[in-house]
Amino acid sequence: MNIADIMPFSVLVPLIAAPVCALLPGRRLPWLLCQVSALASLVIAALTLPAALEGTLSYAFGNWDPPIGIEYRVDAANALVALLLTAMATLILPWGRLTVDQEVPERQGTFYALFLLVLAGLLGITLTGDAFNVFVFLEISSLATYGLIAHGRDRRALLAAFRYLVMGTVGATFFLIGVGFLYIMTGTLNMADLAERLPAVADTRTVRVALAFIVVGMALKLAMFPLHLWLPNAYTYAPTFVTAFLAATATKVALYVMLRFIFTVFAPDYSFVALPLATVFLLLALAGMFAGSWVAMFEQNLKRMLAYSSVAQVGYMVLGVSLVSVLGLTASLLHLFNHALMKAALFMALGAVIYRTGGVQLANLRGLGREMPWTFAAFALAGLSLIGIPPTAGFISKWTLISAALEAGQGWLVALIVITSMMAVIYIARVVETVWFQPRPEGAAAVREAPLQLLIPVWVMVAANFYFGIDTRLTLGTATAAAEALMGGTVSGGLQ
Amino acid sequence: MTTFLSFFNYWAVVVLMMIGYYCVIVRGNMVKKIIGLGIFQTSVFIMFISAGKIIGGSTPVLRDGVELYSNPLPHVLILTAIVVGVATTAVGLALAVRIQEAYGTIEDDELSSEEEEDARGE
Repeated sequence: MNIADIMPFSVLVPLIAAPVCALLPGRRLPWLLCQVSALASLVIAALTLPAALEGTLSYAFGNWDPPIGIEYRVDAANALVALLLTAMATLILPWGRLTVDQEVPERQGTFYALFLLVLAGLLGITLTGDAFNVFVFLEISSLATYGLIAHGRDRRALLAAFRYLVMGTVGATFFLIGVGFLYIMTGTLNMADLAERLPAVADTRTVRVALAFIVVGMALKLAMFPLHLWLPNAYTYAPTFVTAFLAATATKVALYVMLRFIFTVFAPDYSFVALPLATVFLLLALAGMFAGSWVAMFEQNLKRMLAYSSVAQVGYMVLGVSLVSVLGLTASLLHLFNHALMKAALFMALGAVIYRTGGVQLANLRGLGREMPWTFAAFALAGLSLIGIPPTAGFISKWTLISAALEAGQGWLVALIVITSMMAVIYIARVVETVWFQPRPEGAAAVREAPLQLLIPVWVMVAANFYFGIDTRLTLGTATAAAEALMGGTVSGGLQ
Repeated sequence: MTTFLSFFNYWAVVVLMMIGYYCVIVRGNMVKKIIGLGIFQTSVFIMFISAGKIIGGSTPVLRDGVELYSNPLPHVLILTAIVVGVATTAVGLALAVRIQEAYGTIEDDELSSEEEEDARGE
């Protein structure tokens, strides 16, 4: 059997499992089904990646040949994102069972069903080669995400979910307007076909407007500064399990869609000339890096601190795109992967703290490092990866980004990248100082170390941060291949 | 003037889009925000559908004596988009109901002050 033939099942398995999951009673069974289908998707994605590195895979639904029918089209870029998605789901689920039991005690069947829908939706966005299909899967995953966020126990979770719904729907509708314009101009929705037909009509205002709508719509979804306002509250008040998964995946998929349209559908020679995207991305990336890190430095709620840090990290990815070179794009894709590893590890460690103490206000965590040494050691090590200290995954992506900036002749960016990394040192060090070096308040109840069921997955994730900081064959190799595929094999040396 | 009239469908789309978007941004009432979102989405649906209409074109069903058909694809796409829109509205309204239960209001400014109180209680 051909790999291309089993590829769509990585989307279909969670999609079909979701309604079944909603009907399952109790707590154990829905989780088990979730875990099994995530694992099945992971196996398929892992099989797809090596095949996709050798050549683009294509699957035509219902034997209707593209561009008439809907096509799943996978090259190195989507294969990498699909592997990331499924790996994150598979690793976060065993950790999530205890925290979900605590934070979402009732009706876990529907909760896990929503999770499967998010996974299926994100995978669908990643694998499909059809522009309208992207919109449909985008809405499937978004609607399920709103539901998951609203499961938070704090009543502010409802407000966060509602505000995310309003902004998310506006973003998705903007994307739909862009796709509509493209369809009106070319009469096709298949991305590969669009890329062929667009040059004939490229010099029209409609196509430029379509590009603008798609970029803005996706910028909303990926929380690019200053369109990030939905993110901090959504991450803070969602159940920790949801936060860990979303922080690792949702914004990354939106970034992938943006790259797919800018580079494959419109081609970089067009996108960066028709609109001043390079300048806009550069400025917004820098603003996001500084604003996100700045707020994170003073934030008292650790979940919200990490959420603002995500805004800053999205800035690094967008910065890589703004350099318009293979190396810059490699840095973006690499950081897309590595940031998922470090943020998942950090949020998972926080989840263990919440499991034992019920909250993550910094003032309440004084001296807790001595009572939960393993949890906070994991937090500190994942923090090193976030800062970018060798030999962690974060170092590799920052190193690549700095090389890309130097290659593009933008040496001054190096200083700014280092300064924002220093800001990350401050907000991680603040936590380390509070939990390890401050005395426990008098009369505070004793807190036990988090159970092994939480600790083992956290440490697996921390180990992954170090593994991918030492052995970069999978990440750097795939990211380079993906960047070359996106740039269409042409190397234009940065900004003209 | 003739250009204006020949593109009147797009003008209708633009007007509807602005009305919807205005409602989403300016209105503080959550139900009104959802209504605004609905109008905003509907304007995009009209844009797609009017693009598929061919003047003098018949319904896309094979018949004798008909040469010119309208394009059915945008209609099919929009059928999907309408379902998505209905789902969004449903989720939004469900959240509004839950917010009303939790806070006793769905006005944005009152919710913001409640939110500040929650933050102080942390």
